[in-house]
Amino acid sequence: MPVEWVNALLGGVLIGIAVSMMLMFNGRVTGISGILNGALSPVKGDTLWRVLFIVGLVLGGFAMRALSPDVFKGDLGTESWTTIAAGLLVGFGTILGSGCTSGHGVCGISRMSVRSLVATMVFIAAGVGAVALFRQFGILN
Amino acid sequence: MGNAKMKNALVALAVGFVFALGLGISGMTQPSKVVGFLDVFGSWDPSLIFVMVGAILVHLVTYRLIRRRASPLLSPEWHVPTNKRITPALVAGSLLFGVGWGLGGFCPGPAMTSLASLDSRPAVFVVSMIVGMYLFKLVDAKLKIQK
Repeated sequence: MPVEWVNALLGGVLIGIAVSMMLMFNGRVTGISGILNGALSPVKGDTLWRVLFIVGLVLGGFAMRALSPDVFKGDLGTESWTTIAAGLLVGFGTILGSGCTSGHGVCGISRMSVRSLVATMVFIAAGVGAVALFRQFGILN
Repeated sequence: MGNAKMKNALVALAVGFVFALGLGISGMTQPSKVVGFLDVFGSWDPSLIFVMVGAILVHLVTYRLIRRRASPLLSPEWHVPTNKRITPALVAGSLLFGVGWGLGGFCPGPAMTSLASLDSRPAVFVVSMIVGMYLFKLVDAKLKIQK
């Protein structure tokens, strides 16, 4: 097995452990778009955990940066409007679609939710189609 | 602030931290790898499929074990989604998300973890993503979308 596959598997196992901790202690799904969206419309008593989760995500990023700065390589080198458009689509789409890669793709599929399986197949298929098209039009190199 | 709420928040902090390590180790914080994973009709790099495989294999088992309990350890009840309907919103939203994922190479978690790179691109992405979420809220206030 190539080392990249092993790393991907190991990282995936860590993510599986993380979402299991969230379920076991807090009884919650680790859906990152939903957690962020909830933090943007603060409800008393339901905000601190969301904010600290996001702080943890960023602190983990700093830890990774200290261990191996290479984890943040791979800039697409695309024009900046594409980053803005991508962010808008991801923000709007994940809330309209009730979840992203973590909530639907990991947590939903793990509890055998057909709804999440459908969402995951749709966003992966859309991503595959979009990359093919954007490459065709020279928007992605 | 209740003691339980503080404990919930500290758990969330730890979960976020471990999640970010998983994202970094797996390659999910490298947009070119993500685009390579989605580039099935070009030079496909399948490695990121193993992120989902690893996470789902673990959580398929732990989900069942954990849900045998009457309640979570630090909460009186479960907060797991119960909606089973396949709605137009689910499909349309996932479609838009997928297009944005392919265009930017970031989904929400890796984008926020990549803020630690202090590069401008993840920051621009995250700000735009937050604007997108507010835009949805504006649209939803008018249309009352059935999710």
